[in-house]
This record gives sequence, C-alpha cells and structure tokens, in this order.
Amino acid sequence: MENVSVSVKDLSLSFGAVTVLDTLNLDIKDGEFLVLLGSSGCGKSTLLNCIAGLLDVSDGQIFIKNKNVTWEEPKDRGIGMVFQSYALYPQMSVEKNLSFGLQVAKVEKTEIDRRISRAAEILQIQPLLKRKPAELSGGQRQRVAIGRALVRDVDVFLFDEPLSNLDAKLRSELRVEIKRLHQSLKNTMIYVTHDQIEALTLADRIAVMKSGVIQQLADPMTIYNAPENLFVAGFIGSPSMNFFRGELQLRDGRAFVHANGVDFDVSAYPSRGPFKAGQKVVLGVRPEHVRVDEASSGEPSHQAVVDIEEPMGADNLLWLKLAGQSMSVRIAGQRRYKPRTAVTLSFDMAVASLFDAGNENRL
Amino acid sequence: MPEIVAFNTIDAGIEPEAEKVQARATQAGPRGKKPRRALSGRNIMIYGTLIVMALYYLLPLYVMVMTSLKGMPEIRLGNIFAPPLEITFEPWVKAWSSACTGLNCDGLSRGFWNSVRITVPSTIVSIAIASINGYALANWRFKGADLFFTILIVGAFIPYQVMIYPIVIVLRELGVYGSLTGLIIVHTIFGMPILTLLFRNYFAGLPEELFKAARVDGAGFWTIYFRIMLPMSMPIFVVAMILQVTGIWNDFLFGVVFTRPEYYPMTVQLNNIVNSVQGVKEYNVNMAATILTGAVPLFVYFVSGRLFVRGIAAGAVKG
Repeated sequence: MENVSVSVKDLSLSFGAVTVLDTLNLDIKDGEFLVLLGSSGCGKSTLLNCIAGLLDVSDGQIFIKNKNVTWEEPKDRGIGMVFQSYALYPQMSVEKNLSFGLQVAKVEKTEIDRRISRAAEILQIQPLLKRKPAELSGGQRQRVAIGRALVRDVDVFLFDEPLSNLDAKLRSELRVEIKRLHQSLKNTMIYVTHDQIEALTLADRIAVMKSGVIQQLADPMTIYNAPENLFVAGFIGSPSMNFFRGELQLRDGRAFVHANGVDFDVSAYPSRGPFKAGQKVVLGVRPEHVRVDEASSGEPSHQAVVDIEEPMGADNLLWLKLAGQSMSVRIAGQRRYKPRTAVTLSFDMAVASLFDAGNENRL
Repeated sequence: MPEIVAFNTIDAGIEPEAEKVQARATQAGPRGKKPRRALSGRNIMIYGTLIVMALYYLLPLYVMVMTSLKGMPEIRLGNIFAPPLEITFEPWVKAWSSACTGLNCDGLSRGFWNSVRITVPSTIVSIAIASINGYALANWRFKGADLFFTILIVGAFIPYQVMIYPIVIVLRELGVYGSLTGLIIVHTIFGMPILTLLFRNYFAGLPEELFKAARVDGAGFWTIYFRIMLPMSMPIFVVAMILQVTGIWNDFLFGVVFTRPEYYPMTVQLNNIVNSVQGVKEYNVNMAATILTGAVPLFVYFVSGRLFVRGIAAGAVKG
C-alpha cells in the first residue's frame, strides 16, 4: 500500500437528486500520470474537484499519501491545481501570483524566493516575473499557472483541462512540456481532459469515464487495442472504430459474424471464452486494421466501394460502403482511390474487438 | 542604394500586370468605401430627436441658472429666457448662508453638512456590508443561501410607506430616533437588497476558477475577499457608490420622517426655503438653492462617470 499516492474509496457525489459520481473507486500509484478522460458532463472534473477538496463529497473517502483528507481543506491536502482558464490573479504580477499561496501559508521570504526562482527556471518564465497576466500570451499564462502549482512543493498535481484554451500548435508544445515536467519531477499527476490524443500521449494509465462511472482503467495501449466495452471502443480513436452488428455463427470449425448479409471470419479473434452460436454481437475494427487490395490468396476478403476519400498527407482516409454500411479505412498517404472504385478488403481479426450486443462488454 | 534600384527594375516589369488588374476592378462597378450622404433622412431624424431631447432637459437648467443670477427687480420684468442684464451672485450667497428655513436663518449650509454626515457613512457602511453579502452569496454557497437571497430581494419590492411607521417604533426603542445615527441605519438597510443583488451578480460573473485557485492556495474567506475579489471589483464599487451617494443625497422622505429639524438634510431644507410662506417669493434665491442642492449628485455623475468607464476598461482583464 505504501506506493499508493491518491486513493478514492466508494466516492459518491450528488447535487440534490442528480448523482454525479456513484461509489467510485480509484487507486493512483506514486509518481503515476493518470488521465481522466471522458466527454463533457461525465463527472471527470467533478472527481478532480473532489480530490482537490473544492467540492464536498456526499459519501466515501479520499486518501492522499495514506492520509484521510476527506474533510480537509484544499490547502492541507498537499495538492497543486492547474485550471483550464489559467485562473491567474489579474491584478498581481507573475511573481505575486506565484508567491500568493506561500505568503498565505506564511512561508519565509528567502524560501519563497528560492522556490519561485526554481519554478521559474524549470518553466523558463524568469523574464515574465514582473509582468501582469494580461501582458502574457495563452501559453505563458498556462506556464505561470503550472508554476503556481509547482511552488507549493506538493505531492500531487491536478490538471483540469489545462490545454483546452490554447490553439492547436501551442497545445501540442505544452503537452510535450507537461510530459517532460512529469518525467523530471516524478510527482503524481491527475489530468482531466476530453482530448483523447492528450490522454493517449501523456498517460501512464487512462480512466475512461461515462456518467460518473469509470468504464475502463488501463494503460493507453490496452485502452486503444482492447477496449473493455463498446463505449470505450467508440470513444477512443479518430476516426472512430467501425462497428458491425450481427450474429455469431459457427460453421466447419470456424466462427463467423453474420452482419448485413456479410460473413466476417472471426476465428482469429482472441476470445476470452468459447464462441456461442446465435449470440448477438458487435464487431469492432479500427480503420488501420483493414487492408485494401492486399488480400493474399485464400484469405477471407470482402468487396466494397469507395465513397469519399480524405487525404491527410501522412495517411489517406477512405470512406467505403460495405454491404450498404459506411465504414472508414486508413491507408498510406500516397495510395489514392477515386470515388466509386471497387476495392477488396481484408480484416485483421487478431486485433479486432468483439462485444456482446446486449451488455456491450468485450468478449 | 543599389538594392533599391534592383527592386525598381523588378517593379517596372510587374507594372503592366498591375494596371490590368486595376482596369478590371474599375470596370466591375462600385469599389471601396461606400459613400454616405451627410444630410440623409435618417441622419436628420436621429440628430433632430437628439437636439429636441437635449433642449427639453437643458432649458429648465438654463432658466434656473439665469434666474439665479438676476436681481428681483429684473425677474419681475418676466423675461425668464433672457440672460441677466446685471449679473449678481447675491442670491447664491443668500441661499448658502442666510436664507430662512423656519426659525433659523443660516441658509443651506447647515443642511449641506448634515447631508454629508448622512451620505458618507451610509454609503460606506452599506457598500461594505452589501459587497461582503454578495461575495458570500456568490462564492460560499452556504445552507439556506437561496432562501436568504430571496428574502433580501423581496425586501426590495416592499413599498417604503408600509415600513415607515414600524421603523419609527424600532428606532425609538433603540433610542436613535431623530438622530443622524438612526437615519444612517435606515439608509444602510434600505440600500441592502439592491446593492447585494448588484454585488452578488458581479461576483458570480467572475471566473469561478479564480476562487478555486485561491482556495487551493490556502486563502480563507477574508483573504480571498480583500486580496482577490476586492481589487478585481473596482467598477462595481464605483457603480454602487454612484447609486448610494445620489440616492441618499436626494432622499427627502426618510430625512423628514426620521430626523429632527436640526439634522434635516439639504433636500428637506431646500423644500423649507422654497415653500416658506412669509415675505416675498425670492425666485433667484430659490433657484440658487436648488442648483446648490443638486450640485453634489451632478458632480458625482461627472467625476465618477469617467472613473467608471476607466474602471471597466481596467477591469476588462481576462483571467
């Protein structure tokens, strides 16, 4: 237990009749970078605010460094927090922004200066210390906001969609910086985002959330390659995974998903249990796990027609019609297809996903 | 220099092409800024209305100023719009220092200082309490906050007349009836609903994350109020100040009901001067007295109006 940094036990939170979080459990290891990922309103920010102590929980407990902090004030929890809107105090200079919390905590002047210069050095904001937030760019403001968490010398960093207000270029730059920061500081970091790229690139583990419930908690590759249920499969990946609803059929020692009149051979699928004939299932295949016009002889293949082509430079996205159903396939950028071209598809079933159509869980 | 020459030669090579572009554009019809006629029907309507409205409000002021600068014989001629033939400041001096109200004849000056002694504390106390109320209601969601707020707002809709007699009794029981303290308490309480609403809405409009960040930084109720919220809220404090200073200065009803004659505010004294029945009606003194009484709100509008705009501009800082 000693390497658990933040532990959430049976946490519930409701506003009146609305339950936002329901008996949620989560253990975050020391030095881990955990991303809470979900669409807006899924409770991820609420969970973060509960951990920070900015929201009172309805039930359950929160431990930080094995100390029960459920009733503690935010300042006593050993956390630093970075907000989406930066939340810098507009009337104070950058330096004052950084020192405010330390002054409130009555830290010695020399110690304040030492911590500010260290944070300024790490984040390279020394030239900005005398400026007001209004005179900073978005990226600089967010750096200062991270600095404000840094000077608190805390065990746990909480990020609430810190990059959402930045433009795409800055976002990817700061993303790398946050990752570098984590690698050098080795603090525990909890990071809330709705951006799956941020989640996949930054996280040691991702918790995918939906309506206050963690759908899957795993490392990014597991989340991407072996989603636990239909929601996670559809949420992660852009463009989204292709889904085929159908029925399992067993013939000649092989397993098929019969969907829209097409039989997909799923014998190669690493199923967790034996296939049951007649079971209603959803077959999920990522766009990059479909090969176009590369089927070797004897391999099961399907005929489709190109609908629209979306060239993106490095790769080329084909929207196809397979037995009347629309699907997308990612191919190399230099391979081009005209609309209405007939193509042969072969599916990589070993890396596909199969879900029960009823409870939507992975088979 | 050689570089520029080289540049020119390149430019010269492009020129025919540029001319062609221009010719094409001219052919295509209207180009550039659309011309607007100065004397369009629309402009006549707008400026006509504005001028009429301005005259409507400025004419009485003009008459007042002119009359206050005339002697009584000249006023009796009846040319109220004519400028004074002989300018005299005597009516102003009289209005300020020797006009008679009831028994004493020391002019408006006493009322002026009474009004100052009423307005300043009432404004400061009511804004201080209301801003803290608004801050607590907006940021520290305590149990029963909504109920408290509703009661406060309902208070704003109860007509004053209903409350006057009960307040007289309450003040009497408190032993402050007829004193300046009593009137200050009344003004503070009556300013509370609208001011609290004003401050609550303003604080609620500030980014919530600032408040959260301050809490993570360990700041408590008062630290956040004084170090974070207050410096960000100068515009709304100026607005509240304008509301309170003009409202309390112009008050007549509370002043006459809740104080004794020696504490009458300027407005009550003005009424007593203008409506005194003995002797001749000194129109010039009345006009001067009225302008003097109205000078303070007018001054506040002019000065803080500019402060207010500057405050908004300075406050328009994105977190």
